[in-house]
Amino acid sequence: MELAFFYLFAAGIVGASLLMVTRANVIHAALLLVLAFLFMAGLFVLAGAEFLAGVQILIYAGGIMVLYLFSIMLMNVGVAVRLRQWHRQSVLALAAAVLLGAEVWAVLGRGGYPGAKAWGWGLGQTPGNVEALGEVLYTKFLFPFEVASILLLAAMIGAIVLAKREITR
Amino acid sequence: MVPLTHYLALGAILFLIGAAGVLMRRNAIMILLSIELMLNSVNITFVGFARQWADLTGQVFAIFVIAVAACEAAVGLAILISLNRDRQMMNVDEINLLKW
Repeated sequence: MELAFFYLFAAGIVGASLLMVTRANVIHAALLLVLAFLFMAGLFVLAGAEFLAGVQILIYAGGIMVLYLFSIMLMNVGVAVRLRQWHRQSVLALAAAVLLGAEVWAVLGRGGYPGAKAWGWGLGQTPGNVEALGEVLYTKFLFPFEVASILLLAAMIGAIVLAKREITR
Repeated sequence: MVPLTHYLALGAILFLIGAAGVLMRRNAIMILLSIELMLNSVNITFVGFARQWADLTGQVFAIFVIAVAACEAAVGLAILISLNRDRQMMNVDEINLLKW
């Protein structure tokens, strides 16, 4: 049953992302990426990451993708649909991607990972996933957490400075 | 329970689709969207490993990846907006301001 749902979500993700990469209209691509993110949230619930599933929908689908859509609105993308969509180096790039895929397949096919351990944060148990994740995030990973907040502040200031309109008097 | 190799294979396929999108598309926004896809494929791999070894470190790192993705989206879109406003350029093979 779990495997069937995994295949359902995986098919949804791969199909939506393949459609996303090939769209000429950027808005269609962004909406298809939102669809892929929603399927990914289902996959995270399946893997026992309930908090990440919520974050995926709230932050990714609701925050970052809306930022993308607003930025697309500010640019003139109607012209871009009629232009040539693919780079001149496309064939070479596709060959490189296929080569990378063969390498990944060679590494994955070897297998030999240690066996699974018992999952201790199931639904309805205490401590649940969110509680355990919060504890480990604010104790063991407190310093990386603070560094991430500084990085977000720097990115915010940088985005404001870059997108600011020059005022000439 | 879903085997670990399934998560790894799905992550690898998504990473390949994203990498092909980054290398092959001309539109700069499409390149940023493909980068988001690549970051998410890494998240799937992290979550798969966290599930396999019952260790929450993978999920914590997925949260950090999401934070970095938010920064990347903000700065990348700011660059694209200023380029689009000042030079009306949207395709990456036309942007050669730094080329000597």
